[in-house]
Amino acid sequence: MEALAISLVNAVPLLAGVPLWTVTLLLMVAVAAVILVFALTFEGVGSLVLRKVAGDIQARIGPNRVGPNGMLQFLADGVKLVLKEDIIPANADRLLFKLAPYFVFVGSFAAFVVVPFGVGLIAADLNIGIYYVMAVTSLVVIGVLLAGWASNNKWALLGGMRAAAQIVSYEIPVGMALIPAVLIAGSLSLQDIVRSQGGLLGIFGWNLFHNPFTFFSFFLYFTAAQAETNQTPFDLPEAESELVSGYNVEYSGIRFGLFFLAEFGDMFIVAALATACFLGGWNVPFFHVGTLPWIWGNLLSLGVFLTKAFAMVLIMMWVRWTLPRLRVDQLMRMSWKYLVPLTFVNLLGVSLWLLVFRGKGIPGMIASLFG
Amino acid sequence: MAGFLATVDFSNPYFAVLVLLVIALAMSVGFVLLSQALGPKRYDRIKYGVYECGVDPITPAAVRVSVKFYLVAILFILFDLETTFLYPWAVLFRSLGWFGFIEMAVFVGILLVGLVYAWKKGALEWQ
Amino acid sequence: METVLFILFGAIAVCGAIMVVTRKHPMASALYLILTLFAVAALFVLRQAHFLAAIQVIIYAGAVVVLFIFVIMLINVPEDRLPVERATTMRVLGVLAAGFFILESAVLARRFWMPIGPVAEVGTVEAVGRALFTDYLLAFEITSVLLLAAVIGAIALAKRKI
Repeated sequence: MEALAISLVNAVPLLAGVPLWTVTLLLMVAVAAVILVFALTFEGVGSLVLRKVAGDIQARIGPNRVGPNGMLQFLADGVKLVLKEDIIPANADRLLFKLAPYFVFVGSFAAFVVVPFGVGLIAADLNIGIYYVMAVTSLVVIGVLLAGWASNNKWALLGGMRAAAQIVSYEIPVGMALIPAVLIAGSLSLQDIVRSQGGLLGIFGWNLFHNPFTFFSFFLYFTAAQAETNQTPFDLPEAESELVSGYNVEYSGIRFGLFFLAEFGDMFIVAALATACFLGGWNVPFFHVGTLPWIWGNLLSLGVFLTKAFAMVLIMMWVRWTLPRLRVDQLMRMSWKYLVPLTFVNLLGVSLWLLVFRGKGIPGMIASLFG
Repeated sequence: MAGFLATVDFSNPYFAVLVLLVIALAMSVGFVLLSQALGPKRYDRIKYGVYECGVDPITPAAVRVSVKFYLVAILFILFDLETTFLYPWAVLFRSLGWFGFIEMAVFVGILLVGLVYAWKKGALEWQ
Repeated sequence: METVLFILFGAIAVCGAIMVVTRKHPMASALYLILTLFAVAALFVLRQAHFLAAIQVIIYAGAVVVLFIFVIMLINVPEDRLPVERATTMRVLGVLAAGFFILESAVLARRFWMPIGPVAEVGTVEAVGRALFTDYLLAFEITSVLLLAAVIGAIALAKRKI
């Protein structure tokens, strides 16, 4: 980001007298604000779209009162949450009860920092990028456990335990299913992973089409990630009919809102990681974005990335309203007996493929056949 | 202050992470404070009681959870460590070649024995 | 700046560790343990050991403490029935042991004092991987046997109770 600040100082004569660190720090704050606004807007609009999709799939109308066609429903919801009374149950462990939503919200938001939105649009291109996302996910587990414990309520405690067990069970297949992308790129940085899928092969340069095993690992990742973020059909921790809402049953008002926002934030992170690791990220097919002027290249790549990510989010919503919920025993069996062994076999397949064919994918081989 | 800030290495991307985390935390705390300022405060014994579908709770919330959760956590640590080893291996995969592949196959193979043992012992069942 | 951050996170880590030992309720101890672990991860980041910092968070804060919390909930002693520790001699001994430990580390630090030079690239993914898969290969493979033993032990213990 310092490089950006230097070019900004050079480009704008007004800034010439300002020390570099001020510009950099202000730039960082501005980037943080932009990402926060993006995340909050996505989370708000996402909740509206989710309800609209639910309405369509269940052959009803969905929210249609606030604003034209119900478009402003999410703003009304947000205002309502802020205006609610801040209730902390009398029996609750007050400190932990207050802390838990921050853990979940900050943990979910922290992952946005490494999302590669465009060719130069990334808040922090960490050298451990993809591993960093796994690290901040563990914050969410702790927050959920704390919320369940601090509420001093049976349902919350059981919901918290179930949610934590589910998140940790599915963290393994999620982590393993992303490794093929690291193997191909040879780096943990998400920008490097996206760049490794560029080139002249167009959409066939994507890791999804690299070889049969990477194709399979995309679906493994998508299934496991959907479960890790407690989306239906894996929403057992919330199971309204049994646990009346799970770990956040005692939460109301804006404290509940923080959990709610984090849930939609996680949804975007899953979609963004799937896009970056398997669907080519911001690469524009048959075209090198770096050759364009900075602003146009970034706008174009941002558009491509967001289109793919939003398409993934819509698919997640579609799955969510189509499949019935699993039972808790099926859920655990699914992770440990199917997904974990399958990701192992899959990883074995990918690494063998890369060794035998010297890192070449099927599209690359076909391309070299035709010269 | 200004001289002190000038010593910061801003090219370190982790500093950006720190700034972003602080801002996210500040914003979420701000939301809660705003809600506390704007929201009503009306005390009601029932409202502040434990939510249990409308009836008074008859047992304390301190239920003992199943030992199964403990088994899940142990298995999780095992495989989490294993994924931790897999990431540096994946980064170095190209330079390690077949040697690295065999190394990792032995490592993962031994761990899979643990999974098979847990499976056979019924530790993965969840009734 | 680095020094200020180092002192800040170091102080958080030490205070958190003291709180872990002194809190009465195990849940509070577990929470302060998380705080300490995060502070140590921040110290790793300050020394450019980014991968180690991530491991610290994932393995210790994300897995080991979660296991602790599960166990605390498994035993779940109500607040008023927590055992009261009255072993004063043990406390005195503990403080003495801590004092000796601090002295010893100070002596060791003086003996092996090295000027803070440019940070060596020892904590990056490549460096860790390179060391792990070449020099420490045997230790790495034996780790898997150790982990296997841990799993078998845990299952053998837990399965008897079910």
